[in-house]
Amino acid sequence: MTGLITVFKKELADDFTSWRFIILFTMVLLAGVLATYVAAGSIRGEVSGTSRFVFLALFTTSGGALPSFLSFIILFIPIVGIALGFDAINSEKNNGTLSRLLSQPIYRDAVINGKFLAGVVTIAVMLTSIVLLVTGLGLRMIGVPPTSEEAVRLFFFLIAAIIYGAFWLGLGILFSIFVRRVATSAMASIAIWIFFAFFMTMIAGLIANGLAPAGETLDTQIRNIEVQLMVMRVSPIMLFQEAMAVLLVPGMRTMGQILQLQTGAGAFMLPTPLSLGQSLLNVWPHLVSIIVLTVICFAISYIKFMREEIRAT
Amino acid sequence: MPVVVETVDLTKTYNGNTAVDKLNLRIEEGELFGFLGPNGAGKTTTILMLLGLTEPTSGVARIGGYNSTREPLKVKRLSGYVPEKVGFYEDLTATYNLAYTARLNGLSEKLVNRRVGEALEVVGLSEVANKNVGTFSRGMKQRLAIADILVKTPKVAFLDEPTSGIDPEGVNQMLDLISKIAREQKMTVVLSSHQLHQVQRICGRVGIMSKGKMVVEGLLDQLGKEALGGRFKVEIQLTEITSALIEAIKKINGVVGVERSGDLLLVGCSEDLRPQIARTIVDNNGLLVQMKIQSYALEDIYMKYFREV
Repeated sequence: MTGLITVFKKELADDFTSWRFIILFTMVLLAGVLATYVAAGSIRGEVSGTSRFVFLALFTTSGGALPSFLSFIILFIPIVGIALGFDAINSEKNNGTLSRLLSQPIYRDAVINGKFLAGVVTIAVMLTSIVLLVTGLGLRMIGVPPTSEEAVRLFFFLIAAIIYGAFWLGLGILFSIFVRRVATSAMASIAIWIFFAFFMTMIAGLIANGLAPAGETLDTQIRNIEVQLMVMRVSPIMLFQEAMAVLLVPGMRTMGQILQLQTGAGAFMLPTPLSLGQSLLNVWPHLVSIIVLTVICFAISYIKFMREEIRAT
Repeated sequence: MPVVVETVDLTKTYNGNTAVDKLNLRIEEGELFGFLGPNGAGKTTTILMLLGLTEPTSGVARIGGYNSTREPLKVKRLSGYVPEKVGFYEDLTATYNLAYTARLNGLSEKLVNRRVGEALEVVGLSEVANKNVGTFSRGMKQRLAIADILVKTPKVAFLDEPTSGIDPEGVNQMLDLISKIAREQKMTVVLSSHQLHQVQRICGRVGIMSKGKMVVEGLLDQLGKEALGGRFKVEIQLTEITSALIEAIKKINGVVGVERSGDLLLVGCSEDLRPQIARTIVDNNGLLVQMKIQSYALEDIYMKYFREV
């Protein structure tokens, strides 16, 4: 236990004092503040006395050219996670500190657990403070305080975002164990992120067209879109994006936004928003999936690291 | 003296290549053991197995009576290790680096500060205690590595090539430092190196490893006798060499071997036998041109095994 706590404290101090952290924090904060500022501007014009969930709209409204706060978070969290994890183990190997560290009387898993925990805490602190700062800014700009339900929804959003960050951190650490060169492991993790963020939609479309080509009838078109969605849900980015949309936009009733539009089904649905419990029920499978992906990443890293032998050069 | 470091038929194979081959090694408490051998002889692999960082293919490694494979934590508590390419966290201070080691060993905060201060004092790095290790020279880093061990106060210290890459002045300081702490802290030190004369300077007992096997092991003085049949080599030049003369020289008490090469006779002996040899030559009517004596440095022994590789 002492080993784990010592490694954790050191890594946490390293993370918080690193330039890397300062740059990432500034980047995410800047994006958050700008997005909220613009969103607040466009919300103020539309708010009427009966509007509900005005405060949440602050996080999901995109104002003009600038994406919403949520879009920024979806985009940036992977970078934060990867940046904190990609050199966790291989930099210690290359600097010759790993063999010195492992010759101390600590269990080997204390090293990897300590590093992972420190990364998660760093992400948590970073996201919490940014969300609080943005909330404060939003409060001043639109003058509507969040309702208790909105606050709870924001809290769950924060938790989910931290788990999402933990997945990317785990992925970074995974590559830092398997790839000896720091630059290579950074590139590999970023390649995965780019793949999921930008190419996944295209690939899902291709697969869907192959498996269930969209024909003339509405049925085949729906089928095509469904398959496409299922394929896209392999991606943790997609999972998080869908889950957060449901959580922060209570009016949204199903995951398939495109489906709603395409079929016009949205028109037949009741305009009343979902209750918090129902929303959570809706996003639960998605969150579990992200957690499972994180656990898989971590488990592979863990097994590989525990079995790895320290070799004479 | 109790045995602190012990290996029994220790073997390690990497994909069919045998790095360490049935090694049997015993090092007693308080010894300064020189672990010699060319690069790739298996010294580092042996140390890694002793520390429980690498698993042996077969055989047992023990430190302080604990099995290195089964009880690595106890073994690691007893032993300090300076890897060949020792590294520190470059953007942290020397003090922080050492304190990290101390904390990983479970020392209390009070003890951490005291030990770190003392260790830096011993290796002469007190003045740069709060400078980032990134600014240190190679020699300073090596001394910091020694301090890193002192913080832990282990029973056995394994130093893997601690003098590689530092200047001659630094090497001397380093060797003095090692023999000093071995003496003062009553620490058993295993010094691995391929630099023979450095090991010769401070170690009492040496073992020479070659191709995964311990080819020679013993006290420095005894080694000469075993390896080349004598500690001294007398080179004699004669006008004429007769077999009777060779036989006569062989009979002298203390002569271990006689070898003829051209018009020279090479006589291996355990002590300086020049007077006796001269008399024998005169008694056998030989005409002596000149006689030279060489004492074997361990170098000759070492080179012998290097050539065999």
